[in-house]
Amino acid sequence: MEIHHALQHVLASFIASAGFGILFNAPRRALLQCGAAGAAGWMLYIWLQELEVLPVTATVVAAFWVTIISHYFAKVYRTPIIVFSVSGIIPLVPGGLAYDALRHVAMNQYDQAVSLGAQAFMISGAIGLGLVLAEVTNQLIRKWLPTRYLGR
Amino acid sequence: MEELLRREHEVMKVCLLAGKIMLESGAETYRVEDTMVRIAAAFGLDNSHSYMTPTGIIFSIEEPSHMTRLIRIASRTTNLYRIDRVNSISRSIHLGELTVTEAFRALQETEREKPNYPSWLMILMAAVVSGCFLLMFNGTWEDVLPAVLAGGLGYITAVSMEKVVPVRFFAEFSGALIIGMTSVWLVRAGLGRHLDLIMISSVMPLVPGLMITNAIRDLMAGHLISGLSKGAEAFITSFAIGAGIAFMLTFL
Repeated sequence: MEIHHALQHVLASFIASAGFGILFNAPRRALLQCGAAGAAGWMLYIWLQELEVLPVTATVVAAFWVTIISHYFAKVYRTPIIVFSVSGIIPLVPGGLAYDALRHVAMNQYDQAVSLGAQAFMISGAIGLGLVLAEVTNQLIRKWLPTRYLGR
Repeated sequence: MEELLRREHEVMKVCLLAGKIMLESGAETYRVEDTMVRIAAAFGLDNSHSYMTPTGIIFSIEEPSHMTRLIRIASRTTNLYRIDRVNSISRSIHLGELTVTEAFRALQETEREKPNYPSWLMILMAAVVSGCFLLMFNGTWEDVLPAVLAGGLGYITAVSMEKVVPVRFFAEFSGALIIGMTSVWLVRAGLGRHLDLIMISSVMPLVPGLMITNAIRDLMAGHLISGLSKGAEAFITSFAIGAGIAFMLTFL
């Protein structure tokens, strides 16, 4: 990937995520972190796409990554995790696929529409799976780390 | 006993208000339930139960008088600022910094507070976000301007329609309608090239991405009723947007 292409993606995803932070009324002090979470997730996603990883897998990994970052921010800034994870996840949401599916419905091409709709559903599921996996990982770490390193 | 009952009543009021604000602002199911139980416990009332669905909350305190109350939630938006405020109020309650009355007053203030950002900024951001999404979907720079215009106009329409007609479906439908109309006309006027990309990007500020994700997450976490009803809400919203776009594509 060329440098300026990557830079364009970083900037666009950062502004888009921070902008969604504003649309969702995120606290002012959290906006930069919202943008950072979104940009980090999107960069991982397009890098995986470039390696020709399947979209669903790439989405799970990127959503996982976004949630891990959000957990970190939530802890450091003492803010509910939803503030960061919601804005960070937005670039991964399959809006384009859902639109394509509905466009085919409007054009009476139902077979295409169903397959595109199923893809959009799978990717939403992948986002959910990434979020849940990250939460489970976080809980496991919290459960095991203190006894091993801090509890003695 | 009288004194105890009165205190229980006050705590109940605080818990319900906290839950109501969080639910109306789009907090996760587990967080609402957890916060309410924690607040009650911080005020010395253990053994409370909270059950939440997107349309109502049931909260019950087992001792001393087995009090249970239900509140109905009519409208839901996304307001992360309020979730954050309630979270920090609940934190100070836990640390013993607030009495019951103070906590109730702080929550009431949060509920009355004006939105965090002025509406012109939100509209501007909706427009900018649309342009950014166009670049993220590998669009070309010449399509950015039409996406910004269509996205901004669509968002203004959706927001102002929601104030006139309190039917969410209709507001989103008209927003999508305007987006479809603007993009088609701009492309025909030679201002943009790729109609599909412009439409996808400018629809993004309206897409219920948060609701879809939250619904699936609730389902995975075992909050089955919440998950299904949030999913239904998300489906209706996406259907409204799709119907608006499809309407335009068929008739223009």
